[in-house]
Amino acid sequence: MSLAKRIIPCLDVDQGRVVKGVNFVGIRDAGDPIEIARRYNDAGADEITFLDITASHEQRDTTYRTVEQIASQVFIPLTVGGGVRAVTDIRRLLNAGADKVSINTAAIFNPDLVRESAERFGSQCIVVAMDVKALDDGSGRYELFTHGGRKPTGIEAIEWAQKMADFGAGEILLTSMDRDGTKDGYDLPITRAISDAVDIPVIASGGVGTLDHLVAGFTDGGADAVLAASIFHFGTYTVAEAKAHLAQSGIAIRV
Amino acid sequence: MTQTVAVIDYGMGNLHSVESALREAGASDVAVTADAEAILAADRIVFPGVGAIRDCLAEFRRLGCDKTLRLAVERGTPVLGICVGMQSLMARSEENGGVDCLGFFDGTVMRFPWNHSDTDGRKLKVPHMGWNQVSQNQNHPLWDGIADNAYFYFIHSFFLPAAESDCVTGLFDYGIKGSAAIAKGNVFATQFHPEKSHDNGLKLLANFLTWDGIC
Repeated sequence: MSLAKRIIPCLDVDQGRVVKGVNFVGIRDAGDPIEIARRYNDAGADEITFLDITASHEQRDTTYRTVEQIASQVFIPLTVGGGVRAVTDIRRLLNAGADKVSINTAAIFNPDLVRESAERFGSQCIVVAMDVKALDDGSGRYELFTHGGRKPTGIEAIEWAQKMADFGAGEILLTSMDRDGTKDGYDLPITRAISDAVDIPVIASGGVGTLDHLVAGFTDGGADAVLAASIFHFGTYTVAEAKAHLAQSGIAIRV
Repeated sequence: MTQTVAVIDYGMGNLHSVESALREAGASDVAVTADAEAILAADRIVFPGVGAIRDCLAEFRRLGCDKTLRLAVERGTPVLGICVGMQSLMARSEENGGVDCLGFFDGTVMRFPWNHSDTDGRKLKVPHMGWNQVSQNQNHPLWDGIADNAYFYFIHSFFLPAAESDCVTGLFDYGIKGSAAIAKGNVFATQFHPEKSHDNGLKLLANFLTWDGIC
């Protein structure tokens, strides 16, 4: 008996529609996040992450409504991120049905938001998302970026992860901006380094292209969960195939 | 006859998930409420909870829900506690520097050890977050149709060590044996979240909806 490693499909949602395209085998692209979340729920996903990439603040009400509708039909944990700036945003998302809320940019500009919200709502629902890039100075160090990897912060990744854990984050969602969209696999060295440096769970994200990449995320990367979007959205693999492959590779998985 | 379920609303955490899972499991009449009359009139009661236990209990008591719950338990109404709801039913918790809980069960809730590791020395992360297996160490009507060692979703940093209580009906193993479920008379409570545990959780909720409170 042991805690299973988690597989988390991720939906990027803009103004209430899933973007990046979703194309399940035999089913036409729906773009409807509620329908897609429900399908992943039925397919055996361990959690679902919903990233609201809507740029404008006016569209936030759409997000809350979508989260409410997903939560009423999905009976696995739901993490919601994107545009979370204040304690009131977190409360609204939790009230709408999110189980965890992911904080990214706001944590950098206002680290106390993480502390305050962890104290108020409990560490278990506060995820800190980190977008990192390897520095090209040969140091092997990684830097934190904002704005989809466009703006450097000067903050070193491992120190930041430790600080966020100390501030009460319950989990870290680590995305490699170098690997995101490449299908070359997760950035394993930084995943391993951060997983070793903190006592809270770490989700590997960015770059998965094959089922062996998922395995490596757990074995070499030491991740507690793996996030994937396109390999599932485009029907390259089903969640069931991913789980079967992980189980064959000796990874504890919920089947 | 329509059965009513009261989900106790004391302002902590997301109660919609519990409500919608109960509906999915077959409940037709679910009231999310802190009103004593409504709770006492219900055929069964769910006591959910997320967040820090001190704040949870403070609100619970401030609203008088502790007295209401005590009365309902005495009357034999089936009660289901979830997560911090379960922990609140114990005598005491070490969280927030030590808190006296409601005392429906003996036992003290503790934190997972710092630098927690398994028997092979591998680091175990805290919170205990994700799907773990539940070993049904005692038979109970709420386990009907659920396989032994089935997976349920956990998310918590504090837990009830299995050795703390004689009422443990389900165990989890996370480097240390913890209570996944406890039961006594008409009260059943889970450390895991049935409302987030997909088919196994929905089955447990369906069992709760037909349970007569006797075990």
